[in-house]
Amino acid sequence: MTETATPDPGPGARLLALLRQAFPHAIAGAAEPIAGQAAAVVRREDLVAVMTWLRDDPRTMMAMLVDVTASDFAEFPPERRAAVTPLDVDNPAGWTHATLPRFEVVYHLLSLQWRHRLRVKVPLATDDLHVPTLCGLWIAANWGEREAWDMYGVVFDGHPELRRILLYDEFEGHPLRKDYPLRGYQPLVPMPELAHYTDHETWR
Amino acid sequence: MLPSATEAMRKLAEPAGDRMIINMGPSHPAMHGTVKMVLTLDGETVEDVDIHVGYLHRGFEKMSEQGTWQQVLPYTDRLNYVSPLINNVGYVGAIEALWGVEITPRCKYVRMIASELSRLTDHLTSIAAGALELGGFTPFLFGLEAREVLYTLVEELSGARLTTSYTRIGGLAADLPPDYEAHLRAALVKVDTLMVKVDKLLTKNRIFYDRMIATGVLSPEDAISSGCTGIMLRSAGVDWDLRKHEPYLAYDEVDFDVIVGATGDNYDRYLCRMEEIHQSVRIIDQCFKQMPDGPVNVADWRVSMPPKDKVYNSIEGMIAHFKLVTDGHQVPAGEAYYAVEGGNGELGFYILSAGVGRPWKVHVRAPCFYAMGILKKLICGHMLADIVPTFDTLNMIGGEVDR
Repeated sequence: MTETATPDPGPGARLLALLRQAFPHAIAGAAEPIAGQAAAVVRREDLVAVMTWLRDDPRTMMAMLVDVTASDFAEFPPERRAAVTPLDVDNPAGWTHATLPRFEVVYHLLSLQWRHRLRVKVPLATDDLHVPTLCGLWIAANWGEREAWDMYGVVFDGHPELRRILLYDEFEGHPLRKDYPLRGYQPLVPMPELAHYTDHETWR
Repeated sequence: MLPSATEAMRKLAEPAGDRMIINMGPSHPAMHGTVKMVLTLDGETVEDVDIHVGYLHRGFEKMSEQGTWQQVLPYTDRLNYVSPLINNVGYVGAIEALWGVEITPRCKYVRMIASELSRLTDHLTSIAAGALELGGFTPFLFGLEAREVLYTLVEELSGARLTTSYTRIGGLAADLPPDYEAHLRAALVKVDTLMVKVDKLLTKNRIFYDRMIATGVLSPEDAISSGCTGIMLRSAGVDWDLRKHEPYLAYDEVDFDVIVGATGDNYDRYLCRMEEIHQSVRIIDQCFKQMPDGPVNVADWRVSMPPKDKVYNSIEGMIAHFKLVTDGHQVPAGEAYYAVEGGNGELGFYILSAGVGRPWKVHVRAPCFYAMGILKKLICGHMLADIVPTFDTLNMIGGEVDR
């Protein structure tokens, strides 16, 4: 809005410029909009500050948290990770595409006033799957984060009722992780009486 | 820390004093879907509710990672099973957005007709089933008769009433069948006749009105914060419709009104659905008038399947077909989020590709899932009987909430 002579870079690029201006040291990477949507990678420590600013600043006004999910990059081709997770060369977390952690929590934001969208991604390591909850910012975070916990085992610190949502409480494991087996048994599920599966232990 | 199952059970077993704890659902004649509500009642007033979803969980997202991009499509029929065509359109739209595929103009219009047809069946189901659960059996039969008329048209289009799988990456399974416009227009006249009857039976019905008005009131702030979209958001007075405000396909080339409510109660949501039925009919009418001729599939055989006579009679067509079926579509590595206006709101597909011919991740942003998140707030502090109309107009669809 301040630039006058240059052509409009589009809502996504404008949003990223604002974000970089407001948080010069918190953004680990940002991608020019693909299919109309910009993406930004932030560190876990900066997540709440960035999200609060995105929700409240009059130039962003992202009043709606559209979706919360996570993704597992175990055995993802590392040379293609750049297409998914944009990184600055000298980012504050010191990540490179080869050393990026396995998991990412993905938030989709929408501004009804400005009609722009942003995807915010937080990389997380397997042995430290903790991220602060956003339940204080959006009501939608409650169920979205419960689903990400259920499916990927991401712990949202400070969540008021972090328990499984689609699966049952006795379920073991987090099924959308890439190392979750496709065959096996779960508690409370009756074992099928199939003649050709004689060795049940190897089946697990 | 995380409450375990045993802790939850202990909490349930605690003496509740003069409170009564009852289970509503998962299968209950007055419940709109397969969902369990554990209600704490003080007399007839709901004090607390714990909503258990997931009874229809079948691992859609896990299954999607096992096959090729095209093999996921039949699973999307089962997401919102009363409007499967919109799911088909949304899923392939996400892949095309990631790949940068520009579909043909005719394909855009056919997809719009398919989407609006599905929106009609979705709204008809919601209104009819809602009336049934409030005791109105006759409007239910009229509504379902209208839906059946439209399902016949869906069958003519795709070959199936529910499991449509009509779209393909870069196009469609087939163009419109012959005389489809005449058939659809005749069907819409029938639907209109039936909807007039439903309108006469319900809209000014004293019992229906009393149970719907001022119950399940959703404020615009809560609607936005909880991620409610579609009818839930518009009935609360927020002017937001993806077809109008983030137009996809060719929705910017047709003229229609976004129906916005005022009070955000159940009656508003009912009225919005009734009026959106008319708007969908308007859109279908314009689509037929404006639809250009031409192919429905893109010409690039790396994106869309070659026509069958090329597959059987030319070596290039055969190779292209073979590669698409065995290796899958070579969608480049990357990610995309693509949203369409589904029957209940923003139906989004977040897809991740590793560039290996099958999806790395397919995540569905189900509109009902987030609407269910605010349901607790809508029913707590109100009467037990108000749960039924509130849950009806929220129109929870188990297939897409539970995935």
